[in-house]
Amino acid sequence: MSAERKTDFHVVNHSVPRRDGRVKVTGRAQYVADLKLLGMAYAKVLRSPYAHARIVSIDKSRAEARPGVYCVVTGNDLEGINPYYGHAVKDHPLLAIDKVRYAGEPVAAVVAVDERTAFEALEFIDVQYEELKAVFTPQEAMAKDAPLLHERQFEAGALRGFEGDVTAGRGTNVCQTHRIQWGDVETAFKNAAAVVEGEYYFPMTYAYAMEPYVAIADVTDQGVTIYSSAQHPFMVRHDLKSVFNLPVAQVRLVVPFVGGGYGSKSYTKIEPLVAACSWKAKRPVKLQLTVEEAMLTTRSDDAYTWMRTAVDRNGKIIARQAKILMNTGAYAENSPLVVEKSTNRCVGPYAIPNVLIENTSYYTNTVPASSYRGFGCAQVTLPGESQIDELAAKIGKDPYQFRLENAAKPGEEFFPGMRPFDGALKQDLETAAEAIGWNEPLPENHGRTVACSGSDAGAYPLTSTAIRIHADGSVTILTGSTELGQGSHTVLPQIAAEELGVPFDKVRVVSSDTAITPYDRSTGASRTTTLMGTAILEASREAIRQMVAMAADIFKVKSEDIQVVRGGVRCGEAQLSWAEVISKYYALPDGEVIGRAYIRKEGRFAKLPVFWETACTGIELEVDRETGKIELKKLATVGDVGLAINPSLAEGQDLGAATMGMGIGLFEELVYEGPQLANGSILDYRVPRFSDLPKQVELRLVQNQDGVGPYGAKGGGEASLNSMAANIANAVDRAVGVRIRRAPLTPERVWRALQNKK
Amino acid sequence: MKLSFELNGKAREVECEAADTLAEVLRNQLNLTGTKVSCEVQVCGACTVLVDGLPVSACTFLAYEARGKSVTTIEGLEGSDGKLHPLQQAFIDEFAFQCGYCTPGMILSAKALLAENPAPTREEIIHYMDGNLCRCTGYLPIVKAIERAAVEMRRGSGK
Repeated sequence: MSAERKTDFHVVNHSVPRRDGRVKVTGRAQYVADLKLLGMAYAKVLRSPYAHARIVSIDKSRAEARPGVYCVVTGNDLEGINPYYGHAVKDHPLLAIDKVRYAGEPVAAVVAVDERTAFEALEFIDVQYEELKAVFTPQEAMAKDAPLLHERQFEAGALRGFEGDVTAGRGTNVCQTHRIQWGDVETAFKNAAAVVEGEYYFPMTYAYAMEPYVAIADVTDQGVTIYSSAQHPFMVRHDLKSVFNLPVAQVRLVVPFVGGGYGSKSYTKIEPLVAACSWKAKRPVKLQLTVEEAMLTTRSDDAYTWMRTAVDRNGKIIARQAKILMNTGAYAENSPLVVEKSTNRCVGPYAIPNVLIENTSYYTNTVPASSYRGFGCAQVTLPGESQIDELAAKIGKDPYQFRLENAAKPGEEFFPGMRPFDGALKQDLETAAEAIGWNEPLPENHGRTVACSGSDAGAYPLTSTAIRIHADGSVTILTGSTELGQGSHTVLPQIAAEELGVPFDKVRVVSSDTAITPYDRSTGASRTTTLMGTAILEASREAIRQMVAMAADIFKVKSEDIQVVRGGVRCGEAQLSWAEVISKYYALPDGEVIGRAYIRKEGRFAKLPVFWETACTGIELEVDRETGKIELKKLATVGDVGLAINPSLAEGQDLGAATMGMGIGLFEELVYEGPQLANGSILDYRVPRFSDLPKQVELRLVQNQDGVGPYGAKGGGEASLNSMAANIANAVDRAVGVRIRRAPLTPERVWRALQNKK
Repeated sequence: MKLSFELNGKAREVECEAADTLAEVLRNQLNLTGTKVSCEVQVCGACTVLVDGLPVSACTFLAYEARGKSVTTIEGLEGSDGKLHPLQQAFIDEFAFQCGYCTPGMILSAKALLAENPAPTREEIIHYMDGNLCRCTGYLPIVKAIERAAVEMRRGSGK
């Protein structure tokens, strides 16, 4: 691996400007919302006003009779296709069938000449409901007399990325369970020198990608073509293939620029519905949700966690136990994987010899929960990192010192059976502490903390790519990784340019068109730089091998006599650029070489996780004792990224993630009042604004080239979110001496905690 | 009804309905899709365009209200020689966007700010820009881009 430790980079590890810069600052970057197809119709969705109700009847005749309306699609009109989808559990009908399971669930769709006509027709659809008893929390869903959300048993989705059984539809409201255990927790707690125990709540949150869900479908006898703002086009393709029972080759997903994802656009969302609309209307159909509708489409899983953690006499953490209840909403979506991940992420990044974590998610009559940046990690890092501070306080230790002493060490197998720890947590913590001035005097009502997280990240290693080197030496990368803003269109060509020795500007990217770009499993779990980056690197080298053989043919020598130099080859005194090799080989200034690579779960990717995503955040905040309002004064992020292919992009990911985490720590929370979402609009759901920006921001990267990806890189971009809510809770405790075990720490909650303390 | 206004320096006439918003006319009729729509309730700033130099939310601003006025959209900032506006260049240089969906609105709000106050302090930038949301960047790179563009524009105007 010593070749991977090179440091004399030409393109990689430089903050080259974003490839998508010019189109994005001139308004020419195209998103699905900007696309029109000839003859395109527009759909609007009628949603259930009830949380749980039987659909007695739907009369669509008045709506269908309106001028400009092509058709109205309901759950009764889906004969001929398989209306249930879901990559984990096939429990999600594309329109409600027989009953509705949450307020806001799509019941019917109108397809019309324009959006306004479709919208106006919605009120002419007559639906008779018979209301059923509903449940809104895991505690209600598990009650003996709780109504069942799903009566039937579902198939597992073919793309399950986890090993759990499908529990959905087996006579309870349990959606998924997961459990990890090692050591002997009972004995460890009995013999502990000190124990902390508490109950914590992590709220439902909304990712608010500023581009709401939007898709255009064109279903013909040739197959299904969909333009969608989807993070994982190949996963969506799979769902569509089974909805329409088509060969893979007849389903095409095209993803242009995506206006923010943060996990909320992972997996299938509105694509089956818009495809059904096109299938019925026999023309291309566009469905663009409003933000309010997007809020009724996906949210994060909220989590109730009971946790206890123990230390021995020497201050070594010896045991952790947790029971987690997660609220997955009406359909499983990606929550089964969130359950598995949040269970695993209760542990790290500490080496704890005795562990028992039990996690159960329940179906409830609320908006379906799914992936959200960090994948269940933030949910359990609030309790996990709160307890580290609580425990340190209990034994009279500095919490920063306590973390340093217990952090997993590089190479340590702190999670039995998983990849040994590939981060440098001690260095990360030291960097964060230094960045926020850990030892500087602290003013009154100020609190300063550092916190960390370690996530089993990278999802699953199944990725392929093709790199075309053209006869003029320019290069086209074909990648299934989606540009969500994270910078894949910049980072991936940097790697190709580095390997091929060609200028960055000569390398162009075509992405996320399942008819053209080779298979990539997903764009999530911080996996693109590591997995697609490795594929690009290997495909570049494979292309070079082909061009060496071509050069040998040109010079009539053996391949061994050809020496690779930067941007071409040398044979004796003669030197040829790649352009010359290709042109001479084909005897025309045309033609190309295609390098390819397939990544699978073998070799250095045999052991999961692909990498441990590790980061620290440090903050200093001030609490206003009169109002309970928290103000962040300082923020430091430390991304343990192995090697930053583009340092400015990596730092930008960390700041963006930490800002989202700050929002959850301070004010973001979806609130249900009975069956209705009480703050389901951006008027009421408060996200961070310019004025929330901390006065001092320090962005640091730790680059030890210890990752499994290209040149020792590994992923980043989620982890700085995970520890922020815990950081804020811990800093409030240090500032004013109240321990709050739920996020967000709104002024009212802080003020009440201060009043109760008096 | 007929609607005449000046769009990015050129006279335009379109046929529109009374209920059409400026965003609808720009995006659907004139195919100027650089103006993005997100919250549709004047909270996020993504749809910001300039009307007679002042920032408005095109998602709720009736197209009819723009009659006889001068409208600037993101498509109007680039010079005819292909040179980017200093704000556009600064947004690239400072990595002041990720997904890019808020960017046109951000740049136009910032343009209005710098027209009103060519040398804003960091606090003034934050105060002025507070009506534009960004979910990706954490805002700091945008603040830095505006500071950088302000210096560049003052230098350009010889001040």
